[in-house]
Amino acid sequence: MFENLQDRLNDVFGQLTKRGHLTEADVDKALKEVRRALLEADVNFKLVKDFIERIRQKSVGIELSKSITPGQQVIKIVHDELLATLGEAAPLNLGGGSPHIIMMVGLQGSGKTTTTAKLALHLRKSKYTPLLVAADTRRPAAIEQLVVLGRELNIPVYTENPSVPPPTICANAIKAAKANAQNVVILDTSGRLQIDESLMEELSQIKAMTNPQEVLLVADSMTGQEAVKVAEGFHKQVNLTGLILTKIDGDARGGAAISIRSVTGIPIKFLGTGEKSRDLEVFHPDRLASRILGMGDVVSLVEKMEESIDEEVAERGAQRLMEGSFNLEDFLEQLQQLKKLGPLAKVMEMIPGMGEMAKSIPQGEVEKQLKATQAIINSMTGKERRNSKILNGSRKLRIATGSGTTVQEVNQLLSKFGQMQKMMKQFKNPRMRQNLMKMFGLGK
Amino acid sequence: MFKKLFGGKSITEALGGAKIKESLTRTRNSFFGQINTLFGGETIQPDLWDDLEALLIQADVGVDTTTELVEKVKDRVQLEGITRPAQAQAILQQEMQKLLEGFAPSAVEEYRILTVILIVGVNGSGKTTTIAKLAKLYQQQGKKVVIAAADTFRAAAIDQLKVWGERIDCPVVAGQPDSDPGAVVYDALKSSFARKANILIIDTAGRLHTKYNLMKELEKLHSIASKQVHAAPHETLLVLDGTTGQNAISQAKSFKESVQITGVILTKLDGTSKGGAVFAIGKELGVPVRFIGTGEGVDDLTLFDPPTFVSGLFAV
Ligand SMILES: Nc1nc2c(ncn2[C@@H]2O[C@H](COP(=O)(O)OP(=O)(O)O)[C@@H](O)[C@H]2O)c(=O)[nH]1
Ligand SMILES: [Mg+2]
Repeated sequence: MFENLQDRLNDVFGQLTKRGHLTEADVDKALKEVRRALLEADVNFKLVKDFIERIRQKSVGIELSKSITPGQQVIKIVHDELLATLGEAAPLNLGGGSPHIIMMVGLQGSGKTTTTAKLALHLRKSKYTPLLVAADTRRPAAIEQLVVLGRELNIPVYTENPSVPPPTICANAIKAAKANAQNVVILDTSGRLQIDESLMEELSQIKAMTNPQEVLLVADSMTGQEAVKVAEGFHKQVNLTGLILTKIDGDARGGAAISIRSVTGIPIKFLGTGEKSRDLEVFHPDRLASRILGMGDVVSLVEKMEESIDEEVAERGAQRLMEGSFNLEDFLEQLQQLKKLGPLAKVMEMIPGMGEMAKSIPQGEVEKQLKATQAIINSMTGKERRNSKILNGSRKLRIATGSGTTVQEVNQLLSKFGQMQKMMKQFKNPRMRQNLMKMFGLGK
Repeated sequence: MFKKLFGGKSITEALGGAKIKESLTRTRNSFFGQINTLFGGETIQPDLWDDLEALLIQADVGVDTTTELVEKVKDRVQLEGITRPAQAQAILQQEMQKLLEGFAPSAVEEYRILTVILIVGVNGSGKTTTIAKLAKLYQQQGKKVVIAAADTFRAAAIDQLKVWGERIDCPVVAGQPDSDPGAVVYDALKSSFARKANILIIDTAGRLHTKYNLMKELEKLHSIASKQVHAAPHETLLVLDGTTGQNAISQAKSFKESVQITGVILTKLDGTSKGGAVFAIGKELGVPVRFIGTGEGVDDLTLFDPPTFVSGLFAV
């Protein structure tokens, strides 16, 4: 929904490709766009101000390169500065004696319980034997939620009666872990507001009684300007050691990560990328930086495709494409896959530089075309689909009538498909095939 | 517009006023309190506009809406020959209020045999808790309420709702975990008729608005309701976390496109968040805010009323 920063900067710099270096006025114009992009990404207002000042100092007077546009040059500076702020991904600190204690904290609804289960799964893959502790005694059925997740993953969950104070539950859980030789304990605490004094005090008690190596703030990637206050509040109370940013599989730009990093200095440890227990990822600063800038997110697009597309069908299509035996039936199958991705304009918005193009397509136009194409192929017999050469005038008329289109449209589809087939025949040529693979970033 | 619902009492008396003011005290002091000092001087200083912009953006109002608001107030100040900051404040207040007003009243007010309310939103926004609050509110108005536990996906979501159901003594129609949510909705509709209920509130699984298949599933739930009851769901309410920043607009847009949300419930306003995204949602989508959530307790729900909301924010 937001315009791409790259497109906007290209607009700003449209006229000045010929000049030698960036003037103050050029930079000011560009920085206005950068500021806007950062604010739209929910980076805290005050931090944006400082950030822009740093970029200004680095941008004025730089020499324009011949190979990249001034817009790209400014973006590079901004991107690098963002990378510096985001820092490197940090692994979990599992030093010290066993069991290692990890404490999860955060606002209500940020994703602590789900993330607790994800971390446990992640750790078990590295041969740890985790114990989960249901210390959220306040939210109805929060204990059950963790128990269900533990059962699904076959990971033990420590529970007590919800009337027992959470610090006591946590301390008891650690004793239990020791007794059962479980070497990591993850404490799932209740969600709380950072301004709730008594509940914040409870966190300090839990911390004092369990002495955790890691105190992880679980924050929603959709968080707005308040991220700063939230992070400050928790950090002051329990000295955070890391951040997990959740729900990154949505379309939030995630500027809160910058805010939290800036005010606490804690490293980002993981990203939550879905509702399933396996959906936990190591954090990639460059991907998040591009995302915050609204520079399109090819990686997310690929993930989206992976999520919605039936791999077998896609592979079968690719195989037949390579063999040069791709027919209308295969085409239909692939079209149905494409439709699952959702509105095409939305998909295109995720590709860097395609934002403008996506806007130029009238809404629903592509979908209408796809629908017509599908209707035409659906009106063909199996034999016709597999061998489009047999389509004569009367067959075409029947298909047009059956699909509610015209013979002309049927012809158009066939001629496009014919061209496609011709192109695909060339894939039989190994060199062409290699080039194609390269184009998609595959092969060498 | 809520008069009918509250037997002639103003909404402020019936439900909102005191509570809104109380829960927004923090907001007022930390945020709009600053506006009050901004508007406190004798003459309008040039940096007033920058300070104002800063404050609005920090309240998650968003760049575009903030710029428009500030420009509008600036223009009017000039046009109307205003010199005193306090008058400028009044104009700002009016303009902010305008963005939140003028939408259709709640369909729950209309008389019909069964009113169906569908609750939607992203994960963790506060749907289930809010449903308990809503159910209790309508019960207190003498309505017979049934709740449908159609979040069959999240672990223990059904249990969570059942606990609330017991606490407020409200029947909860549920199926098995991981069962078809459509079947739960269908059963709940049948059960509501059998029980002669006035209101059915449907809880749904949290879903990110970018997930195509999950949004399709939601559309299916929507259409199941509409097939069983004329014009149902009569209200489709988006539960929005008040801590959310600019993504709120994207959420509202997507949920509006797929299930035609008729209103927003803004939760977690008991924190330090300002919920300023509401202004953009009103301006761009014309979707009204119906309620605000101000805590984890079952009574922490307040009717949203633009004048009360805005003047509450400005009150000293
Ligand atoms: N502070 C506060 N917490 C809330 C509010 N509404 C819901 N919550 C909490 O937010 C968390 C998620 O709520 P839940 O209803 O389970 O969200 P759902 O996933 O959307 O159904 C729970 O811990 C609730 O207690 C509110 O208005 N204020
Ligand atoms: Mg729920």
